[in-house]
Parts: sequence; C-alpha cells; structure tokens
Amino acid sequence: MEECKIRARDAGLVFDNETLEYIVTNRDMLELSPKGMIPTLYDYWVNDVETIKKKEIYKLYPSNPYETVINTRPAISFYNDNNPDWLNIMIFYHVLGHIDFFQNNIFFRETWNYDFAGKALADKRLINSLRSEYGRWVDYIIEFSRNINNLNGYNKILSHYRNEKKDETSEIIKYYFNVFLQDIKHKNTNYISNQINIFNEYISNNKEIGETLFLANINKQFPEFDAKFKKYQQSAEKQKHFNDIIEFISDKSTFLNKEENLWMKQVIDIVRETAIYFEPQIRTKTINEGWASFWHERMFMSDDRIKGHESEFAKINAGVTSISRIGLNPYAIGMRLLKFIENQADKGKFEYDFQKINNIEQRANFNNNSNSGIDSIFEVRRNFNDFTFVNTFVNQDFVDEYNLFTVGKRLNEKQGIFEYYIKSRKAEDYKKMLIENQYHPPLINVNIDKTNDKNLYLVHQFENKQLIKDFIPDTLIGIEFLWGNQVQLETIEIVKQQLANHDTKFINRKVIYTCKNKKITKTQIDNPKTA
Amino acid sequence: MEQLNDDEIKKHDFEGEKNEKKSSNTHSGEIYLWNDFQLLLNFKPFNSEFPVTNLKTLDELVEKDKQREKDGFPKRIRFGKVVKPLSGNKAKVVVVPTTTEPKFYHDDSITEDEEETTGGSGKGEEGEIIGKQYADPHQGEGSGEGAGQGDSEDHDIAADAQELGKILTEEFHLPNLKNKGNKHSLKKYTYTLTDRNREFGQLLDKKETLKSIIKTNIVLDNINPDDFFDPSNLVINPKDKIYRIMSKEKDFEAQAVVFFVRDYSGSMSGKPAEIVVSQHLMIYSWLMYQYQSNVLTKFIVHDTEAKVVPDFYTYYRYQVAGGTYVFPAFELLNKIIETEQLQKDYNIYVFYGTDGDDWENDGKKMLDELRKTLVYSSRCGITIAKNSWAKGQKTVVEKYIESSGLLTDKKEFFKMDTLEAEKATDDEIIKSIKKLIQ
Repeated sequence: MEECKIRARDAGLVFDNETLEYIVTNRDMLELSPKGMIPTLYDYWVNDVETIKKKEIYKLYPSNPYETVINTRPAISFYNDNNPDWLNIMIFYHVLGHIDFFQNNIFFRETWNYDFAGKALADKRLINSLRSEYGRWVDYIIEFSRNINNLNGYNKILSHYRNEKKDETSEIIKYYFNVFLQDIKHKNTNYISNQINIFNEYISNNKEIGETLFLANINKQFPEFDAKFKKYQQSAEKQKHFNDIIEFISDKSTFLNKEENLWMKQVIDIVRETAIYFEPQIRTKTINEGWASFWHERMFMSDDRIKGHESEFAKINAGVTSISRIGLNPYAIGMRLLKFIENQADKGKFEYDFQKINNIEQRANFNNNSNSGIDSIFEVRRNFNDFTFVNTFVNQDFVDEYNLFTVGKRLNEKQGIFEYYIKSRKAEDYKKMLIENQYHPPLINVNIDKTNDKNLYLVHQFENKQLIKDFIPDTLIGIEFLWGNQVQLETIEIVKQQLANHDTKFINRKVIYTCKNKKITKTQIDNPKTA
Repeated sequence: MEQLNDDEIKKHDFEGEKNEKKSSNTHSGEIYLWNDFQLLLNFKPFNSEFPVTNLKTLDELVEKDKQREKDGFPKRIRFGKVVKPLSGNKAKVVVVPTTTEPKFYHDDSITEDEEETTGGSGKGEEGEIIGKQYADPHQGEGSGEGAGQGDSEDHDIAADAQELGKILTEEFHLPNLKNKGNKHSLKKYTYTLTDRNREFGQLLDKKETLKSIIKTNIVLDNINPDDFFDPSNLVINPKDKIYRIMSKEKDFEAQAVVFFVRDYSGSMSGKPAEIVVSQHLMIYSWLMYQYQSNVLTKFIVHDTEAKVVPDFYTYYRYQVAGGTYVFPAFELLNKIIETEQLQKDYNIYVFYGTDGDDWENDGKKMLDELRKTLVYSSRCGITIAKNSWAKGQKTVVEKYIESSGLLTDKKEFFKMDTLEAEKATDDEIIKSIKKLIQ
C-alpha cells in the first residue's frame, strides 16, 4: 500500500501520509451506510429502520460493495473482506483518488479544519448524555432539526472563504445591480449590462468621484432608490448574522432560548453541522467518482502487480466505469469527462486560438501540442463541483465522442408497455438532463419584516419547481415545535389545467401555509399567472 | 497508536453511560497485550458493546412509533414487502420497515415536459426505440399460483394495491383479533435450531461441516479438484465443525384467515359486481399491507353452486354466470373451515358481497349455514350492492337476515351494510368497510 502512495504522489496526487484501512464484511457495510459510513455518528432511529430494511433486502438481493472512503483525518477507508489482494491494490488507487479529492477540492474547504470522526464521537456522547436526561425528546429535536437540515447555509459558509479577497465594490452599488435592478425593477439583462458599462465608464473617467456621479444619476432616474436602499440595509443588518434558517431559529426562538430548553440548541447545532459536513460530498458525486476512477484505471494499469489479473481487472473495471445503453452512471460520465478535458487541453482546445475558429475541419484537426492536459485536470479537480463541471465542459464534441444521448420513456397504451427511446443527441439536452439529476435543495429564507415572536414567516424562492406537497405539513409541524409558535411558509404551487382543446396549461399560484398548534391551513394569495 | 487511544475513549465512554450497563470484555489493562494484529481482528465498530452503534430492534422501533402518536406526532414507520420472483411461479418475500423524513424538497414530477428522461449511450437515431418494459409489472410473469402456496399468493394483484393498502392501513384494524393456538403474533418468538455456529452447539450440521472440511483441505492442498482423494487423509480443523444452535426467531406464522366470498350470478352483472369487487380489493390490499404474511386468504364465488378460486386475480376477474343460491357458498366455507380445522389456529374473517338476490326466498338453509359460520368467525361482514331496480325495497337477503335477529344477537361478530350500486363512490365504499369491521 505504501508503494501505491509513492506512485500516486509521483503522478501528482496530494494527500496526507496517514491513512487508515479496515477490512469489513458486507453486513458491516450495510450497518454503516445509513450513517454516511461514519462509525461514530450519533444514533438515530431512522438510521436503524434503514439498516433493518437493507438487511432484509440483502437476503433477497445480496450486494457486494468493494470499498468506501470517508473524509476524516486521517482518511479512513473500508474494504470488503472478500476482495482478493490484487483487487485491493486497484481499489487503493481508487481510494487515494478520493482522498486527494477530499483534501484538495475547494468545496471541501470547510472540512479541512477538523477531523469529523472525532467531532462526531464527541457529538454522539453529548447526545447520549442528553438522552439519559431528556429521553425521547432528544430524538424529537433531532427529527425536527433533520427536517430542515437540507436548508443549511453550506454555500454561504463557503463563500466566506472567497471573501478573504477584498471586494472593492461598495454596498450601494452591489445593491443597485444585484437587487434593485433585478428584483425591484425587473430589468432585462441587456439593460443591466448597459448600466454596468456606464458605471465602468464613470469609474475609469474619474476614479475618485465616479461612483458619486453615477449614483446622482440613478437618483434622478429613480427617485425612490435611496429610500429603498436604506430599508434594504436595515433588513440586511438583521439577517446578516445568520447563515441559514436553522441558525436563525436557534438564535431567535423564545422557546429554545428558555433556560430549560437550551440543551435543544446543542442538538440542533449537531444536526446542522453534520449536514454541512456531508454537503460537499453530495455535490461532487460525479466529479469525485470520475476522478477516483480515472486514477485507479491509469495507475493500476501501469502497476506491475496487475500481471496475471489483466482480464479480471478489465471485467471489474468495466463493471464500474462502463456507460450503459440506458441509465446514468456518475463514475462513467465523470471519468470520461475528465479524459475528454485532458485530451482537449493537450491539443490546446481551451485556448483562444481554438475558440475563434469556426471551420469544422480546422476545429477537428486543431492541435498546438500544448500538452497541458494533466495540469488542466488538476485545475478542474481543485476548483469544480458537479454543477460547474458539467455545465462548463459538457459540449457537443463530448456528447459525440462517447455516443451519448438522452433517453425518454413513454407509455404505449396499445401494447401495455413502456418504450425507451433515443430522445436527443444534442449536448444542451444532455447537459440539462445531467443537471436535473443533481442535488439541489430549495432555497428558503426568513422574511424578517413579517417575523416576530408570534410568527415565523418563511419564503420559498421559486425556481420553476414546486415543493413536494405531501411533506410540507409535517415539516412545518417540526419547525413550529422549534420556533414555539405559529409558522408560515410562502411558496408557489403549479396547477395543471385542462383546456377545451385538450392542451394542458400550467398556472403558478402563490400560497401561504400556516401551521398553528399542529394544524395546517393553506390560503391562496394572488391571482393566477400563466407559467 | 491512534487506534488504541480511540478504543480507550470508547470504553470509557461506554462506562460513563447511565442507561445501559453491560459487562465489558474489552482488553484488560496489560499494555503488552496490545498489538496491531490483535487489535484489527478485534476491531468491531458495529458491536453494540461499544456505543459506536447501538442498533435498535424492529420491535423497539415499532414501540417508539406508537409513543409518537401519544406525544401528538404522526407515526412514521410503515411496512412494505420486497418480492423476488423465483422460477416455477414462486417468489421469496421479505417484509421491510420503511420511513421517510419529511423535508422541503423540489417536486420534479410537475413540469411541462412530463416524460421521465435519463441518460444512455451507443448507436441509433433520435426517436429509435431501444428498450421495452411491461407497464403492468406482473404481465408475462405467469399467473395462477394456488392460494395455499404461502407467500407467493398475492402476486397477480395490480401494483397500486400496495399503495391503496398503505392509505387504508391508517384507518382500519381487524376486530376481535385474538391469539390462537400455537400461532403467535409479530412480537412473539419461537426457539428453533436455525442459527449456525462453529465449534459448539446443539446439533452437528453434517452437510455444512463437510463443506467446510473440504474448503480447508483445498486451501491446504490436500485435495486436488481434478483427482480422487482419500477422505481419511483429510485434516479437520476444530473450526470446521458447524453446529446448529438454539436461537430466538420471530414467528411470522399466519394468524388470521380471511374468506372473500361473492355472488357472480347473472343479476350481479355491471355495477353491483364492480362495487363488491372493488370493496373486496380494498380490504384485500389493506390486509396484505398491514398484516403481511400473518394473513391467509381464501376466495369463493357462487351462482347456484359455489367454488373456490385460487387467487384474488381470478376472484376479481371472474365473469358472471347463472342463477342465485347463497347457501352453497356458506356451506362450502364451513366445510373448508371444518376439514382444515382453521378455527383452532386462526382468527377467521368472512367478507361476503351480493346484490341481495336469492332464489331461496325464506333463506332457511342459508341462515343455518350462516349461524355455523358465526360460531367460527371473529367477524362476518356482508355487503349488499343493490341494483337500481331494487330501489326502496328490501332485497331477499336483507329481509331474511334482518328477520333472523342475528344482527342484534351476534352484533359483535356480524355486520351488514347496504350500498346503492349505481351511485356508490369510493368514499362510500370505504365508509362501508368501516361499518363492517368496526
């Protein structure tokens, strides 16, 4: 294994020297997986239900996972006890790929500061000791906190690291472009970019007073601007200290801040921080698995210990990294996209000299022998998550090279069968499909102006998808418990309407859910608009 | 080093726990007893002796779920089953608990582009069909398993029955459910020689032991797979001896039998038949969902004669036939109970559906049989789905049952409900089920 580390370092991977490896059984894997593979994670009954379910299903459909790695310090990896030795070498390369990714990708920045296994153990002990005092109520607090743990401010917390670089734009200018023009005036992109050009002109003409002159101009055009900005500043001041609604509730709830309930805040914190720890892993599935697969393939094939196991390796590797006729495999897509990027970069195809060429033949044959491929993929490994990875690099060349397409599923009523068909070979459709498949929790904020001790007012930022209606009441009941009083949620629902000509029309309706004493009511608050 | 510290912490933590005191058999204080190999072999991150995982049993979880209701929060644990089809129309079934954590999630199902899309790769033009799948998951799987084949019996029923059962489960419970004979409920255990254990136990499992010896000797090169070998030369490791050991097993034996009986005579054609089968479908779905393999089901249809049909699918789909005598159905039912001695080990439930027509006007034979049935059964529920032309008037069956006085004498065990077949909605059918079982 030490040999593997030396080879991996020679290839350019960067990781702590200390790692821990454990050999475990399938059963152990089943028991660990509901806990995100963290052996020291706090106990919670939902995980137990999940484990029992998995064990039962295992009786019918046994599975045989090869490995798992967790992002702890030192990084811990688990190996199946029925892996042959040669396979463990290949897997260890895969594991090193993951460890390198955990320890270098900037989306994991927040997890670099501590060892999660240790923290989780401390949390678990705290929860156990609280359980001995407060019994099942500890589990209710865990439950209600988990109901909103996907609304954590992971991105906001991460952005603090970026802000280490000083941003010189003033608050008022940021407000003008980011909020006033977009959310209040609803100006189009064209208008906004025009305004940005004007602003830049002012600044370049006169660095000292350019901004003042520009603002004077705005005030002439929009007399209400100053007042709006002041109001915005006031409410921004109130919100500033909170990364997410969990922190807000924990800090502002009169119920939680009663002397006898303070222990609940500790539990809420644990649940929230645990969720934040898992966030980067969820958001880098494709690129992280792609990265690990890319390296295990490359490194194991050049390792002399592959000798005698070439065909077995080929079989297992294909099982992990082949792209299927129908279906998505993040390992496969991620690995191919990395190979594609490396290849393109080697030929200099990310450079301006290439971008400006329109001729198909010239584009295909372009090669400036820059050989910057390997550097490029290390750049990607450092700075990209699944969304930016897919959004930036999936293009028609990629889709064509690997013969990719999107598959549609439709019902053939006559034959009583579902048909799967090739729906599109266009890069934009393929990219859209990949992005649709990614993790994207809704954004829900507190409306400070409408919130007080008696009422917590939450606003869902609509992104053309409604919330799953069945879950709203139970989630609100949990929030009501934590807030200690009425909770309201403003959201938009999509209503499907059948028109006379058999077309369907989608209408967006703004509604408010109110939860008081565990009773839920729903009211519609504006006239329907067509989607 | 790292690991040792960690382990000590765990031990300490364990002792600090106030709730559970169990004996600790972790390593003694001797520092020289520690070595990596021993440590790794003994590393059990999942052993409940350490507080690392503390897996609850299903029963504890179910208890906890009941407590939730008392605390004023909705129950969260549901039961479903996973089926793996095997050859020969058989299937293996496991019952699994499930739960969902409610959160605010995006709902991907309502979009303008309503088709599911996924990825794919390979050759082919846009629009080309590259795969097919039966819309009804059971089509093509073969059907017609007998009702007696235990866990595979409910296979033919449409997939949404599960969903339906899930919803109904919240509303219903089987009435008068008692422990019968030696068949026990979900929570009881039996002790059987099921678990296997190396080196000691109650009964030597010869087959497993032989297998294990062979494996050991293959590893030791005492056996060449291509050659004969002399069994007397084989080395036997003590660990190769595999025993059956007494162990606690959950008893999943059925404890209720439910008879579905319906009239399929000519007069039932159309609405009445539809109402009766859809009501029975709901009851059936609910039973399958909530009581799982704890419930056996039997199906009987009748016109002037009665017969047993093998499964719900056949029961559901049976077309109408001739005239109407009700008593043969109950006669057959009683015969089945008596010959199989079902009342000893099972709670018996009977659901009967008819349009109320009977050629036997005074219902004498029928009432005799019904009285017998009521002795055995925990509940018998009769649904009368009236034809539109019988409006306002009592049907033959209604008349003789009401005049028999059974509805009051045996009100714990016997219920009847009447529906207008033409008008009955799903809600009314559900209300009617409530009347029959409450």
